[in-house]
Amino acid sequence: MKVEGRAVCLGPDIDTDLIIAGRYLRTKDRKIWATHVFEDLDPSLAGRLGGSVIIAGKNFGCGSSREQAAVALKEAGVVCIIAPSFARIFFRNAINLGLPLAQADLSCREGELVVVDLSAGIVTAGEFSREIPSLSPRMLEILAAGGLVQHWRKRE
Amino acid sequence: MTTLSERILGAPAGEYVDRPVDRAYVHDGTGVLTLEAWRALESGGIACPDRNYVLFDHIIPANTSTTADLQNELRKFARGAGMHFSDIGDGICHQLMGEGTALPGEIIVGADSHTCTLGAFGAFATGVGATDMAVVWASGSTWFRVPETIGIFLSGRLSGHTEAKDLALTYVSRLGMDGATYRALEFIGDGTAHLSMDSRMTLCNLAVETGAKTGLCYADEVTVGHLEAFGSTASPQTPPACTYEQELHFDLGDIVPVIAVPPRVDAILPVPDLCGLPLDQVFVGTCTNGRYEDLSRFASIVRGKKVSVRTIVAPASRSVLGEAARTGILSDILAAGCTVIPPGCGPCLGAHMGVIGEGEVCLSTANRNFRNRMGVGGEIYLSSVSTAAASALAGEIAIPGGDE
Repeated sequence: MKVEGRAVCLGPDIDTDLIIAGRYLRTKDRKIWATHVFEDLDPSLAGRLGGSVIIAGKNFGCGSSREQAAVALKEAGVVCIIAPSFARIFFRNAINLGLPLAQADLSCREGELVVVDLSAGIVTAGEFSREIPSLSPRMLEILAAGGLVQHWRKRE
Repeated sequence: MTTLSERILGAPAGEYVDRPVDRAYVHDGTGVLTLEAWRALESGGIACPDRNYVLFDHIIPANTSTTADLQNELRKFARGAGMHFSDIGDGICHQLMGEGTALPGEIIVGADSHTCTLGAFGAFATGVGATDMAVVWASGSTWFRVPETIGIFLSGRLSGHTEAKDLALTYVSRLGMDGATYRALEFIGDGTAHLSMDSRMTLCNLAVETGAKTGLCYADEVTVGHLEAFGSTASPQTPPACTYEQELHFDLGDIVPVIAVPPRVDAILPVPDLCGLPLDQVFVGTCTNGRYEDLSRFASIVRGKKVSVRTIVAPASRSVLGEAARTGILSDILAAGCTVIPPGCGPCLGAHMGVIGEGEVCLSTANRNFRNRMGVGGEIYLSSVSTAAASALAGEIAIPGGDE
């Protein structure tokens, strides 16, 4: 499984309130979340996420269990998130939605092409390549199925 | 020689296990997405309706027509599916589950990050997202990676106006916002034994602010007594005999009142360092500090005085509110000029009933002070109830007990 996109650089400890603020949670309209994603961090970000790979600092997605955070990023067009570490609920949520995550401490250059090969466990940014720890077999299965809903339905 | 998490999950740290869950709950905020995901599963049913709880606490009563419609859909579903259902005003999900429902040794998942609060009962309780919860609805089970455990050894007793919240903010600061990612925290030692269940819930509530999967206390006579008061029976758990991945030690006598400075829960300062900082609002409540012990402590400080800044008090549950009314502390709080709002999350997540404005500063007893959380352009400082009470009277950050 391989994804690629242009790098969008973010800092450490990006919390779920910054990804999607509590004031936008009361809806089922996923487009609203995609429109307002990262609004309190940088209102211009939402428009730049289509086809992007987010390269962030440690502890990405800390805070709330709100799955709307992972939905917002996926709906906005993020294809993968790379960070040295992720908050655990966000980690499960993203994989469950079929949004790949890779654990790596990368220096980020805005707009650079990033290729993430989840099967081989390698991330390439510009001329640099780095090994990434493999996801658990079950998480890889869930990702390959396109998310937990699809994975579960297949199992039935 | 196993940790409590290993004992409950029945496997050593690092292993992946599938386990049936004893209790699973959602609130009005996360239940809507859970319902959508569950429908997408087309599983045909709910595996164990009587193990599932839908508890409305986040935006209650509904603030807009959209919220009302979403809540109606979930309310009808929960009742139709035979799940336990708590409507507006019953209280915060974690608090309600802690009023005689969550039991020692159980595996509990909640679609809310502060589900770790229930680890105070010696349960393995952790937060999950909506899609994970949908599969729990459909199958009755989920998978876990058994966490490594950090042992937090407590000795001595809290003194003066120092509370479990000060201890909680202190350990969060020591570990950092990701210092315990994917790990469990176990609170052990004589210092834990002296803490009430209300205090233990406060302690476990902040575990997730270190990235931890959960925080746990071993059930003892205090736990059993608390559960008996709610008509439930339980037995104490055998004290730990294990080696922890990491150990932290705190003498509770050394803990002092602290405040977490925005926008980080792990950025603490002793209260005297912030004395005199002007406040626009004080908020007392939430799953961290809205219990009877908290309200009682707050009332004892404001009794017979007047707050000099707008102050919002949200009891954590209907039974907390009822007890406060019965004992008269509710009257003290009202007479001091505070606004009491319905049992629930209140303005903690910035959705309603106390949202703060641009440039405003709120001192809150909640657990998160992230940027813009309670309102765009506002700042949140986090403190204990006693510090919040002293500061509400002063209209600026003040030392609890400073006027004694």
